[in-house]
Order: sequence, then structure tokens, then C-alpha cells
Amino acid sequence: MDYKDLNLIGSSSPHIRTRDGAGHIMGEVLIAMVLPLAFAVYNFGPRALSTAAVSVAGCCLFELLYRLMMKKGNTLGDLSAAVTGVLIAFVCPVTIPYWILLIGDFFAIVVVKQLFGGVGKNFLNPALAARAFMLSWAGEMTTWVGPRSTIPAWGSFDAATYPTPMSFLHEGNLSGLQQMYDIPKMFVGLTGGSMGEVSALLLILGGLFLIWRKVITWYIPVSYIGTVALLTFLFPRGNDPLQWMLYNLLGGGLLLGAFFMATDYVTSPVSHLGQAIFGIGCGLITVFIRYFGSYNEGVCYAILFMNLTVWLIDKSIKPHRFGVVKAKAERRRKPRQSPKKEALKK
Amino acid sequence: MPQAFFGGIHPNDQKAATNKKPIETLPPPARVVIPMSLHIGAPCTPCVAVGDQVTVGQKVGDAPAFISAPVHASISGTVSAVEPRIHFSGVPVMSVVIENDFNDTPCPALAPPRNPDGLTPEQISALVKEAGIVGMGGATFPTHVKISSGLGKVDTVIVNACECEPYITSDHRILLEHPEEVLGGVRLLARIFGVDRVHIAIEANKANAAEMLRLKIEEEKAPAVVDVLRTRYPQGAEKQLCQSVTGRQVPPGALPASIGCAVFNIVTTTAIYRAIHEGKPVTHRVVTVSGSGVHEPKNLYCPIGAPISDLLDACGGVKQSTFKILMGGPMMGHSQYDMAAPIGKGTNAILAFADKEERTVDYPACIRCGKCISVCPMHLQPVFMYQYEQAGMLPELEAAHLPDCIECGACTYICPGRLHLVQAFQAGKQKINNAKAAAKAAAEAARAASDKKED
Repeated sequence: MDYKDLNLIGSSSPHIRTRDGAGHIMGEVLIAMVLPLAFAVYNFGPRALSTAAVSVAGCCLFELLYRLMMKKGNTLGDLSAAVTGVLIAFVCPVTIPYWILLIGDFFAIVVVKQLFGGVGKNFLNPALAARAFMLSWAGEMTTWVGPRSTIPAWGSFDAATYPTPMSFLHEGNLSGLQQMYDIPKMFVGLTGGSMGEVSALLLILGGLFLIWRKVITWYIPVSYIGTVALLTFLFPRGNDPLQWMLYNLLGGGLLLGAFFMATDYVTSPVSHLGQAIFGIGCGLITVFIRYFGSYNEGVCYAILFMNLTVWLIDKSIKPHRFGVVKAKAERRRKPRQSPKKEALKK
Repeated sequence: MPQAFFGGIHPNDQKAATNKKPIETLPPPARVVIPMSLHIGAPCTPCVAVGDQVTVGQKVGDAPAFISAPVHASISGTVSAVEPRIHFSGVPVMSVVIENDFNDTPCPALAPPRNPDGLTPEQISALVKEAGIVGMGGATFPTHVKISSGLGKVDTVIVNACECEPYITSDHRILLEHPEEVLGGVRLLARIFGVDRVHIAIEANKANAAEMLRLKIEEEKAPAVVDVLRTRYPQGAEKQLCQSVTGRQVPPGALPASIGCAVFNIVTTTAIYRAIHEGKPVTHRVVTVSGSGVHEPKNLYCPIGAPISDLLDACGGVKQSTFKILMGGPMMGHSQYDMAAPIGKGTNAILAFADKEERTVDYPACIRCGKCISVCPMHLQPVFMYQYEQAGMLPELEAAHLPDCIECGACTYICPGRLHLVQAFQAGKQKINNAKAAAKAAAEAARAASDKKED
């Protein structure tokens, strides 16, 4: 056989790669978000679905247009724009006007992500940065409807503001909250709030799916939720620390943030120890804002703040160098001699 | 079952294509090209001339230095050229070309030593050098150097039969078909280093070989123990293997001898046996020919210096859609562009790929997932090393311990952003070396200039 007419390529090793590329990973994140989205449609009506669809379309469109304008290649295939789109919808109330949503999409994709170099280069979580920006329309962003509403995709609807669990928690009104929503209701998600944050059950299922598929590690969710649980149990408002803790865990965006936002690869530390530190930091700031802030939810700003510390965490945590671990242990075993003593010996 | 080393990956091992196929002999090639560089170290100097008649096992290249190994004719015939020829490293290397007379006349000078059991370790080491034995797992480090530098320091001798790279089954077949040579080599190693038992390390995916060896060892009371290790790439990398077997870590920049270990590949072990008990130098080896582009995957017993094209022909040729041909495994092998390149002492496989196992993308982008850190068996942080290399930050790159990288490719395999990490690290090592050489030259020039002034 003549091997001269083969079209051979040469490249550096290795010559095989895992099937799971960035597109696969983001696809699994999308799968994990299907159930919470379905529940949002059940709880808030068809508008939940159309909001998510508009947001995904907006994000993908802005990404495509920007990459075309800058003469860079199309990167829609990595699905990260679609994930950002769903997450932006998840952190908005179902009544959000579409035009505000699209401004949020623009801010997330173009300003936060692409201007810094595209996927992997942004230092803030795009969906949360967009939410912080969209709060410029504070009224629209905090118009909550009650559970089991049927908000239509188009046309008018009654947008009377309805109390969410977070408003009770902010006032420290545990008994009022207990009267309005009991714990099982909170767990299933039959409450008011942002589209994707209400159902604790389905968010936990989605998070476990991601951990099972090895998309995320358990370090950030466990350290984040654990820190919030510990702090709220130790410093309860009201006379029942356990109930206070449970409402704090189930209410608001904690579970959505801990499983889907704080675990964003790009804006979280790369080492496991760093991830644990990051999660604890998120937990501390979340509780501080919930207790002492004027705004009643702290998850968004806690994660954004910790995003800014990732470079520092990454820089300060270095793995043990192969082959020197033993030497270090031996050094530790030796009694340390202070320079003073050595001087005295002389 | 211990894994013992940190990280690693578990790709589909793809060994089913050839692991039940007995070793076949390659049809005699019309000519072989014996490069003077089949090992790490100084290249040999040819000791035959055009027109000379050579016989199988006759030395055709002399080792000029301690870290080197002589090369021998693998067929009998006439030397038709002594000139640079294409080498599997991609560049021409001085080679001896032999036209086959198809007689396979053995070299009359070759004879086993009279009393192989009475040899001292130093004598064995000298015979190993004469036989041209090098690390035949792929690293091709001269074995006599390993033996003589390890004498008196080594308390654990490991025979490496992990064969952790996908596709390759040559070691597996040798274990199954020539266990007596393996155990003969193991006895010699035990005697050289004065150990009671030699560890034979086998990955769990070769359970039949491990079980057979165990029975054989019991039967013959051989000074060996079989360690079945978890199937995990790179289990067979020297440093990781030492860690799996002994729990000790080789310090940065040091050799396994510094922690009392000596690792010998299974093929090297059989080569030592043949050199001492049969007086035969390294002239042949078993090569697995496999991959999605090969019509009929096989394990072939080939003379060293046979062209890659002969091996592929013996397996029914390759598919027209083949886009890559490799020498070595898919994780650390080298891609080949000229099929006239000869196989060497460390060639354990020739692979042809017709499916896109590579999965490269047009826009590789790091998404900072950190998977590269959790698979790196050398405890490095490839994600940051890559950034430093791309930005040309050499001091930071060195401080991130780039020189520790063994280029196993685990990070590149797992990378969802499809970055070319190993490629960047190879380039980075080169840049660091170049910068050091430049700094040294500049310092010397400055010293010379100041010396002149003083004069």
C-alpha cells in the first residue's frame, strides 16, 4: 500500500480526548435546570416559559452578533450563553418586562463576558452581574406574584405585589412567615419569589444531578449552605432556631445560588480547598446582608463579592509539590529552634 | 485495590482489539534502517561500511559514551548505505541501511557467558550494555546506567507491566506467551540488586496475566510478587509506579534510585534474560499495530529498523480516511508523517486513527473548571501554567514547577475547553531552557569583556 497519498496530520500528544467538552458540560447544566423551570411554569404560569425563552434567545443573539462584529468565531456551541440566559430568567420575577430582560442579557453577555475576552475570561458571574444591573429598575425587579398564579405570556395581568418569604425574614417576623407558608410548602416551592428560586426540592435534585455527573464538586454548595445553616442556627431571630434556620435555607435564592451560581467554573476557585473557602465566604456575606442590609436578599451580592476574591484565593493555594511532601513533614517533626537559642549556644 | 497516586484518568483502554491475538512474526522486510540513535544519550558511531556483509546480532554502531547503548543488525545481508535517514523523531539521523539476504544468519561471535549464574552485578551490567538494552517501554534510557547507578541504593525492584496506555497489548502478550523469560529476567534483577523479591506491577485489566504469573511464581519459587494495581493512566509512569508500589515519592529532578527504587519495563526484563542466558542483543521487539484506521489489528514480532509501512502492510494496510499515524500510545506517542521511518527499541505500538478521537475545536478556551488540577499526577496546576506560558511569563512558569511536568497528557485529555496543554508545556520547557542558555552566554560574554578590560 502507498502511504504517500494519505492526508496525515501531525500534532503534539495526547492524541485522544474525553468526550465531555465544554458543550457537554453546559448541556448537563441545562438539563439540571429543566425541572426548576418546569416548576416555575406550574407555579407562575406560561409567562415563566416565555421569559426563559426570550432570555436564552437574547443571550445567544448578543453573543452571536458581538462575535460576528469582532470577526471572532461563533462560540454558541459551548452553550454557555444559553446557560446564562436561563439563569438570568431564574433570578427575575415572572412579571419582568421583556425589554428589561433583554437589557440584562446584553449587559451579561457583552459587557460582563465578551468585553473581557469571552467564555472563561469574565471575572463576575454574568447572570448575577446582570441581575445587579437590572435592579436599576427596582420596581419591576421586585414585583412579586403569589404561588399558583397563571401569568400569560402576552397581554395584561394583575401585578399586585405579594409578600415573599424574604420580606418576612428581613423583618425577623418568623411567626408571620410560619402562618403564611409552612415548611413543606417552602420545600416544594409553593411560594412567591424569583422564577427559578422557589422550589428547594427541585433545585437540590438538580444540584445532586450535577454532582453525580461530576459537573460540579460538592465543596462550594456544602460549604456555602453549611455556613448559612450554622450562622442562622446560632443567631436566630424568633424563639425557634431550627425553624429560623430552615426558613433561611429554603427561602430566597440560597439553593439556586449555591448549586448553580457560585459553582460557575469561571468565577470560582479552581482548587478544592479554595472552593471551600469561597463557599464559606459566600455564606458569611449572605447572612450579613440578610441580617444587617437594607435589601432583604444577600445571595446575589455575596457571590458577586466573592467572585472578586477568586484571584486571591487561587494565588494563595498551591498544591503540595510532588516529592517534597515527605521532606516537609520531617521538617515539622523536628523541634523548631529559635534564633535566640542558637545565639545563646554560641 | 490501591491507586496510591493522585489524579490520573481512565480512558477507554481499547485493548480488546488485540489482547487475545497471539504474537505473529512480521514477514521479513526487504531492508532495514538502523538509526544510530535508538536511545537517550550519545548517538552511536557506525562500525560497518557500505558493502559489508552483516549477520543478525552483529554490532553496527558503537556506543561512544557511558550514557549510550550500541545498536545491532536485526537481519543478515549487505550494508547498502551509511547515511542520514528519516527517523521516527521526525528528523534525519545517521543510519545503517541493510539489504536483506533472507537467510537470517546468526552472528557467529554471539555466545552466552559460560556460567551465567556466577556473574557479578558489574559483569551483568557490562553485558547488558553490550547487548544494547535500553528502557523498552518507550523512554529508551540505557539500562546499564540504571543498573550501575542503582547498585547499593536500591531496596525495591519493580518490573513495570502496567501498560497503562490505551490500545497497546505488546507487554500483555509477552507476559502470556513468554512468562519463563520474564521470570528469568526477574531472577537476574533480584540477584543484581540483592533483593528477596521483585515486584511485578500489573494493572487490573490484565487479570489473566497476573493470575498466570502468580501460579508460575509459586510453581517455580521465583523471587517475585505480583502487585495488581488499579487501572488508571498513568499508572505505568516511573514516578507514579514507585509511589503506587512503595508509597514513596521521587523528589523533583531526582531519579527513582534516590528513594531506593529501580523500575524496569517487562520487555527490558526479558531482554536482560536473553542477553545473559542466550547471549542475544536487542534486535527484535513486539509491536502492537492497532487503531480505528487499521484493517486487521495485530501484535507483531518485528526486527528493529523495519519500516512502519511494512508493519501496516502486514495488518492489511490502513483505511483511506486515516488522518493520523502514531508511534507509541495515544497519550504520549509521536505522530509520524513518513512511513519509511524505522521502528526503534522503544516502539511498543503503531496506531492509525481514522475516527476523530482527537476532538479538537476551532476556538479552544479555558473555562477554569480545574479538572486539569484534579487529574495531574505530578500535583501541578496546568490551568495557570498554560496562562503563564501563553503570556511568556517564564519566571512564574518555573515557579509553578513546569519542569516537574512528565507530559503524560492527562490534563489535555480531560480539558473540556480542548486546550493544547502538553504542547504549550513542551514549548514552555524549551523557552525556559533557551532563556537559561542565553543568560549563561550573556554572563560569560560579560566576564570575558571585563577580563579584557583588566588586561
